[in-house]
Amino acid sequence: NILNSCVIKDQERSVAMEDFWAIVLAGLKVWVCLIVALLMVPAMFGFSLGISETYMKILVKILEWATLRIKTVNKAERMIQSSSFNSEDDGSMEEELRGLRRSRPKPPVGGDFTLSDCFYFYRRGIEDIIEDEVTQRFSSEELVSWNLLTRTNIDFQYISLKLTMVWGLGVFIRYCILTPLRIMLASIGLTWLVIGTTAVGFLPNWRLKFWLSEWVHVMCYRICARGLSCTIHYHNKENRPRKGGICVANHTSPIDIVILCNDGCYAMVGQSHGGLMGVLQRAMARSCPHIWFERADMKDRHLVTKRLRDHVNDKTKLPILLFPEGTCINNTSVMMFKKGSFEIGGTIYPVAIKYDPQFGDAFWNSAKYNMVSYLLRMVTSWAIVCNVWYLPAMHQQEGEDAVQFANRVKSVIAHQGGLVDLSWDGGLKRAKVKDTYREEQQKKYSSMVVGSEEGRSGNSD
Amino acid sequence: MGSTNSTLSKIPNVEELMQETGFTPAHIVRLYDRFEALDKEKTGHLRPQDFGAINRLAMNPIGDRIIGAFFSPGQETVDFHSFVRILAHFRPADKKRPKDPSMPEPVNSRTSKLKFAFQLYDQDKDGKISRAELLQVLRSMLEMQVTEEQLESIADRTIQEADLDKDDAISFEEFRKSLEKVNIDHKMSIRFLR
Repeated sequence: NILNSCVIKDQERSVAMEDFWAIVLAGLKVWVCLIVALLMVPAMFGFSLGISETYMKILVKILEWATLRIKTVNKAERMIQSSSFNSEDDGSMEEELRGLRRSRPKPPVGGDFTLSDCFYFYRRGIEDIIEDEVTQRFSSEELVSWNLLTRTNIDFQYISLKLTMVWGLGVFIRYCILTPLRIMLASIGLTWLVIGTTAVGFLPNWRLKFWLSEWVHVMCYRICARGLSCTIHYHNKENRPRKGGICVANHTSPIDIVILCNDGCYAMVGQSHGGLMGVLQRAMARSCPHIWFERADMKDRHLVTKRLRDHVNDKTKLPILLFPEGTCINNTSVMMFKKGSFEIGGTIYPVAIKYDPQFGDAFWNSAKYNMVSYLLRMVTSWAIVCNVWYLPAMHQQEGEDAVQFANRVKSVIAHQGGLVDLSWDGGLKRAKVKDTYREEQQKKYSSMVVGSEEGRSGNSD
Repeated sequence: MGSTNSTLSKIPNVEELMQETGFTPAHIVRLYDRFEALDKEKTGHLRPQDFGAINRLAMNPIGDRIIGAFFSPGQETVDFHSFVRILAHFRPADKKRPKDPSMPEPVNSRTSKLKFAFQLYDQDKDGKISRAELLQVLRSMLEMQVTEEQLESIADRTIQEADLDKDDAISFEEFRKSLEKVNIDHKMSIRFLR
């Protein structure tokens, strides 16, 4: 009897276990079906179900509420700090030095120098040590309000229990619900990209092949974009880059590629990598021509230019996508465009990309984060919201050299995106400034000291 | 970037530092982030090259002198505390501070700022700005733009004006006197938070 009851108990247990697994399996099936229906199908066919829009609306409301709570507390603090300093902002060298010298009569001979002239230079020097215009562009933009991500607020303080609870809930949602979903989507997207492009690669060169390859590319990028909860607004679609042209955009992060490719197919240019990236690159290259360079070839500028030129001249090939800044900038400004992209010839289609930092900071600070931790930050942000403006095509004009053309394109992009147009070189992230700049400063100063003497006649000391 | 408190707890003796320099916790955190950003190799110390990487500073005609002010003689590195102490000279003076003769002079008072500026001229720290030291500064600021004679005449005139005891050098008192009409607090102060 005892034996029987034991056996029955065991059977019951195993049945329970089976039931359990059956439930889990069923749950998984439902989950996968949901994903396919709600996310993949719209991605494949390019329509939207409005889920992201509702998500964004809710987010915006919550963030506004959070900001209001913090503003009242911070206002009091800031008032105390700012009142103690004279708010005369740094004037030009001439104004400041004149101010310093006001206390003395101008000397008749020997040049106009005072001991206090140096103060201007000391102050500028110390100001630059604390913060300078260039280095500032290579760190993330500071937000005026807080977006419930502690990583973006330098003055995070404990304000109230409610706020902290909301923040805690936000963390839970972001890390436990959104992130696994996003990672799964991203891997589906990438795997499908590899499989799809390889499959298309086997087809002979019919028109169908081009159409299919474009469709596969765009679909996979759309899935990846869903994977990051990207909301992208495209403006002026009539100016979209056409075949045989070069698309030029400002660079903030590797995600720029996903953003641009959601709305059109481009030929990528870059270094051929090994590993996972290499697999991706080779697969993509099978279905339509991309331009991947070996590391050694990249040093040879003529070779690079020639290959790009050949691609552009072939009117059936997709437009090339280039980022002339050469490095990731933090999306508050546009830095110097390297002239190499503009020497190829062909039509340039400028594109301005501006991210909305409120929902997640897309800037890749390659000094601070490597690619993996950067991607993790991306999938744990609220969302990526950005605006893309397609600008009218530009050509190099008569008598204009590559550098001038590059600057012209750059100011158009900066103007459209509301970014600051800087002439500093993005390469300054890693390199130093030239001596010519220092000489300019010296010239300026000397004209104040000695320049007054040039008008005199026959006055020797 | 994290919360103010977590950053502050990373810095040893931070209470003392704030007391000495008068910086608020928010200031210290900002300076610490800047220090870390400049310290690319994460050694916890800055070397002259780390300052040299700041582009606008490299453009400054007396940039090298300013960098030198951070390093005590014989030292090749500067830690966060010394970094903050030097920067404290440029904090705007506290207008409401009572004049208490028994307390040590705060680091951002008019006198301290003047002393700091004096030391930027007086590189050998003998308490006087000699003619040669003055010429050196003039040379850095004007380099190719003027002739050697012009430099010398400027130096001569400056010493003539300021040197009251006629020893052909400018002592700290003479320096202070010649700048008594200049609003030092305004010209040698920086706003530390945007």
